[in-house]
Amino acid sequence: MAETSSSNDIVREENLVYAKTKVLTDNVMHYCPGCGHGTTHRLVAEVIEELGIQSDTIGVAPVGCSVLMYNYMDIDMQEAAHGRAPALATAIKRLLPEKYVFTYQGDGDLAAIGTSETIHACNRGENFTIIFINNGIYGMTGGQMAPTTLPNMKTSTSPYGRDVKMMGNPLKMTELVATLPGTCFVTRQSVHSPANVRKARKAIKKAFEYQNLKQGISFVEIVSNCSSGWKMTPLQSNEWMVENMFPFYPLGDIKIPEVQVEQKEGDVLHNSLNQIDKDSKQVKY
Amino acid sequence: MAKVKGAIVVDFEKCKGCEICVVSCPADVIEMTKEVNAKGYHFAYAAKPDDCTGCANCAIVCPDGVITVYKIKIVVEKIA
Repeated sequence: MAETSSSNDIVREENLVYAKTKVLTDNVMHYCPGCGHGTTHRLVAEVIEELGIQSDTIGVAPVGCSVLMYNYMDIDMQEAAHGRAPALATAIKRLLPEKYVFTYQGDGDLAAIGTSETIHACNRGENFTIIFINNGIYGMTGGQMAPTTLPNMKTSTSPYGRDVKMMGNPLKMTELVATLPGTCFVTRQSVHSPANVRKARKAIKKAFEYQNLKQGISFVEIVSNCSSGWKMTPLQSNEWMVENMFPFYPLGDIKIPEVQVEQKEGDVLHNSLNQIDKDSKQVKY
Repeated sequence: MAKVKGAIVVDFEKCKGCEICVVSCPADVIEMTKEVNAKGYHFAYAAKPDDCTGCANCAIVCPDGVITVYKIKIVVEKIA
């Protein structure tokens, strides 16, 4: 690596601005180049580190591309059967109510085979966090059509585009669960640009903090790319996502809790709860 | 007047060459190398290290978390 002598003076421990969090292991992730899973894993790990809950967090890994998530997160994790992560998280949270519990699911896991578990867990108002990665395709198995595939979107099982008359309409899980009384925080974010990553990180942090409210599920959807499934380069897939996915899956908070957390003085954990995102650039890393 | 100067260190063996950091850099510091790493990916490097401001945009969008960012403030005395 070519480095000037001046940059060698800067690269010192005391000048560190940003380094990969220690909650992530050093294993190289198996994801394709540019995949949003890697960024989202890192955000979850950073939030866990920031809140200081590494030993109090239990994650539930799904089936899908992120099935090996437990190899990358240095926390307690449990692998669930396909789509059953909310059911397993329900059990964990009820047995260990003082722990922070989250599930990490893709759209094939959460919106197809696990629709029933997701909706019923949200309707029961369990107190855990669901992180939902929506890339509109079954990435791991070879790019088949998913319930979240956009109308007229080409996949390997809809080579002429999704015909909504024959295959039905895409499922907006996030809007669906927002109508249920058992959810307290429902939001949709993305991780394709620095500003969006900062917003998504804030949303994930809030989602973890809202577990203390005991008002129900906090649900964070991350609209992500799938460069391999969409058969594009990572940059092209991000552009395609902005042009096509965002009009159908608009970003932003869909439901925020009405009752605010009682603020304790000097309590960093709760200070950000009552602030609504106005300027994402002010988030400190 | 203080000038901010940054530096990035890329763990190039873990870089997968997705180029998302290249478009995220506001100062166009990062480029991809012509040579490849052990996995066969062209990896990111600081082509113009003097322009880096240490904003960490590249590091926070990196899906594989391979970029580490450092920053210092250089105090330049005013000439009267």
